[in-house]
Amino acid sequence: MTEKITTEAEPGQRPDAPPVRTAAPAPPWTVLVRGAATVWSVPKARFGVVLLAIFVILAVFAPLIAPYLPTDNSFGRSLPGSAAHLFGTTAAGEDVLSQVIWGARISVLVGMVAGLLSTLIAVLIGMSWGYTRGFLADVINFVVNLFLVIPGLPLMIVLAAYLQGGGLTMIIFVVVVTGWAWGARVLRSQTQSLRGRDFITAAQFSGESSFRIVFREILPNMTSLIAGSFFGAATAAILAESGLSFLGLGGAGSVSWGTMLFWAQNSNAILTGQWVLLFAPGLCIALLATSLTLINFGVDGLSNPRLREGKGR
Amino acid sequence: MKYVLRKTGLLLLTLWAAVTLNFFLPRMMPGSPTDAALARLAQNGPVSPATRAAIEAQLGVPTGNIWDQYMQYLQNVLTLDFGVSYTFFPQSVAQLVLGALPWTIVMVGLVTIIAFIIGTLLGVLAAWRRGTFLDTLPTLTGTFTSAFPYFWTALLLLFFAGYVLRWFPTSGAYSPRAAPELSLAFVGDAAYHAVLPALTILITSLGGWILGMRNTMINTLGEDYVTFAEANGLRSRTVALRYAARNAILPNLTGFGLALGGVVGGSLLVERVFSYPGVGYLLYNAVTNQDFPLMQALFLMITVSVLLANFIVDILYGFLDPRTRR
Repeated sequence: MTEKITTEAEPGQRPDAPPVRTAAPAPPWTVLVRGAATVWSVPKARFGVVLLAIFVILAVFAPLIAPYLPTDNSFGRSLPGSAAHLFGTTAAGEDVLSQVIWGARISVLVGMVAGLLSTLIAVLIGMSWGYTRGFLADVINFVVNLFLVIPGLPLMIVLAAYLQGGGLTMIIFVVVVTGWAWGARVLRSQTQSLRGRDFITAAQFSGESSFRIVFREILPNMTSLIAGSFFGAATAAILAESGLSFLGLGGAGSVSWGTMLFWAQNSNAILTGQWVLLFAPGLCIALLATSLTLINFGVDGLSNPRLREGKGR
Repeated sequence: MKYVLRKTGLLLLTLWAAVTLNFFLPRMMPGSPTDAALARLAQNGPVSPATRAAIEAQLGVPTGNIWDQYMQYLQNVLTLDFGVSYTFFPQSVAQLVLGALPWTIVMVGLVTIIAFIIGTLLGVLAAWRRGTFLDTLPTLTGTFTSAFPYFWTALLLLFFAGYVLRWFPTSGAYSPRAAPELSLAFVGDAAYHAVLPALTILITSLGGWILGMRNTMINTLGEDYVTFAEANGLRSRTVALRYAARNAILPNLTGFGLALGGVVGGSLLVERVFSYPGVGYLLYNAVTNQDFPLMQALFLMITVSVLLANFIVDILYGFLDPRTRR
């Protein structure tokens, strides 16, 4: 989509002729706006963007929106929903609604940071791997396949068990270690197919360094794939964080949707009939993850017109 | 044949790497898990020198250089000697694993097969009737349900179908009164207990199969040979199933093979919620109790099963799609 278009001046042109319009590489922000417009034009993706925006607003303005502090346990225990506590209170006497709102912070943060870091590693490794040939490529191939094939959740749990008490940093680390390989593989195959194109050969003959070719010539053509792998990695990170927290391997002190469910199960919220306490955090995780997947429907359309929405064949 | 040989070589290399990773993992971590583990074991009574030596060899208390430790570890792995569990003290790790394995393989394995068949068929239908109700409903529902965290679906089913409606038992793999045996009554009882965990896995995994199949099939539907088949006036069902779906199913088949390999360890969260005595629940117990020998052995077993599944899929793929053999 964003492939550079340079119209060559026609041969034999008179010097006083008006200059031929040459499409300069679009400035990054125009590309961004155009990309956003393409994503927005897909109804599913539009819904995803709105949903994501709601969660980001909740996360950023949690102190203003939430009625109480999430750790304030001065209320009655296991209260049902009421005007003062719309979603009731937990078994420790905290306001459920406030915890749900504050919980958005951890999920959004982990999704963003872990997603960005995984994508960064995927871009660095995937693209240099796709561009190099020979023995080094085989070695990287082996390492990436190893990471792809080792089951993610068990590896995450084992790592988290060894690094117990590491808090949020540990969770992000574990999620990134287990999450970068898929993106690297996708980016590598696209780099490989671009490697043989004419404009790359031209760049090679003009003496550009490999580093520059990979990151200045090839990279801009893969914006949609990179965006796609970011949303994919962020979704996986959010689900992984909630899973680890639910198993009690996250930071015990922090309030996230996963830890809320951990405490809900450990304090037998099921027996006291606190169904909102069970229902709300999980629904939020599912909605946040869905919003990212829906945005990806629009991002898919950027690179593959066949996946763009429309009536049948 | 050359293809199979090359893949076998790669399998052996990957197996070695996984085993080695499992060896270095505890050694790279801060702190000493071994001391914590030995302290735990000492609570159960005096530790015999033999047991102590076995654990030291397993976890790597620095006796001898790292090379000797590695050799000892490789020998232990090859003879399936994973030592003694700390949590379930007199029982060996191997015993525990063998006790948990059948539950997971039967329950999760069956659901994985069922989910694959239903999901792939729905995906074919969605791609063939693209843009209609048959497409949007499964696609959107699938997108949403596959974003459900496993444990949340499990908790909700546990709450509504288990506690509120009392339709199904809420924990375990069979009634406390029943003893595991091969009778019709026991199998029925076990199946009854497996319904909720199985349903959880079905709900959360169906979407992936639908979406995967739909997307590849939309790509194959654009190929010339499909248009050609249509132009020849073949019945639309023949075109959909014999021409488009047959080629589109390959990526989904890869996923299926990997999912079968993942059966052994993939259901940890679900098994935790329902206290289902499978491999995942055992790993959960090992992790919360810092039972390192059990944890290492389980992790190794889960990895190896995925590797083997991957290998089998690769070989099959070579036969199904000759282009990949090269």
